[in-house]
Amino acid sequence: MSFINYSAREINCKIVYYGPGLCGKTTNLQFIYNRTNPEVKGKMISLATETERTLFFDFLPLALGEIRGFKTRFHLYTVPGQVFYDASRKLILKGVDGVVFVADSQVERMEANLESLDNLRVNLAEQGYDLEKIPYVMQYNKRDVPNAAPLEELRKLLNPGGKIPDFEACATTGIGVFETLKATAKMILKDLRNMSR
Amino acid sequence: MMHSSLVMYDDDYRKLLVIIQRLAQDATAKGVFLVDTNGQMVAEAGEMQGIDATSLASLTAGNIAASSGLAKILGEEEFPTHFHQGQRDNLFITLAASRIILVVVFDERSSLGLVRLRVKKAGTQIAQVFEEIRKKAEREQSSGGSSPFSEITDDDIDNLFSE
Repeated sequence: MSFINYSAREINCKIVYYGPGLCGKTTNLQFIYNRTNPEVKGKMISLATETERTLFFDFLPLALGEIRGFKTRFHLYTVPGQVFYDASRKLILKGVDGVVFVADSQVERMEANLESLDNLRVNLAEQGYDLEKIPYVMQYNKRDVPNAAPLEELRKLLNPGGKIPDFEACATTGIGVFETLKATAKMILKDLRNMSR
Repeated sequence: MMHSSLVMYDDDYRKLLVIIQRLAQDATAKGVFLVDTNGQMVAEAGEMQGIDATSLASLTAGNIAASSGLAKILGEEEFPTHFHQGQRDNLFITLAASRIILVVVFDERSSLGLVRLRVKKAGTQIAQVFEEIRKKAEREQSSGGSSPFSEITDDDIDNLFSE
């Protein structure tokens, strides 16, 4: 749910990075944080366990620029990927404007990807959102690992029919990270425009 | 509607600002913040300029969301007020309207009792303003009112991402 502030001439939107545990959601945000100018970004917050697993969420505010005199700000959140943190994931999805699903390319994580995608669909539906209708982008992360599944196989399972934009990525080196973010932000802005017409 | 945006016009913003400025004064608070339950900062008043308000908003919303989840587990509707006591500063957090959180930061110059008392009055006023905002949004939606988005083009959006 975006927040349009005429007084401050600001548009604020929320993007949530979703996906199974250890798929690279936090790494995506860390790369964005490390590669953006200080005047564009706010502080990155990570509510993590001692072993650096996301406990509640990571948060990174970004200002992308102006559209027709309105500053556009995107608040990026990650959810905790581990299965038992489902209650927290539901909370973070509240008011979401767009979703990035970060899939783990490793063959042995295919089931975890599907389980997480299904969990996303269910959790969104609980709040009245339809995954088919909201801005939503797929990222196949960890393309650099030797046991990565072929792209076609990932597509067949996670984006059948190629209905949504998808990107190959390696979040540790940054390949595909900004492409994913930009595609999601564009979809959100176009969606807001279409809703307001 | 689940996906409707929160749209704040200048006059609503000014009304809210007057209310929270008065609250900051009456409660002798260091800072007063209005935060959307989705984590967006709506308005702020007081002497805490320079504080990381964006992070404050996000964490407050996370805090409220987590407590709300806890309340439901215990069979409570909500835990509408929260108090965090620090060595120097204290936080009083309350739900002022269905999607708005009021955060008051205060130190030894004030007291929990005073803050509670002042927040009660201000909370009602804030709820009224948000009720007006909600009604306005409903009217605009039914009349297909204007939005800064309705005029933007694909080029505007693409330009945002051109380096």
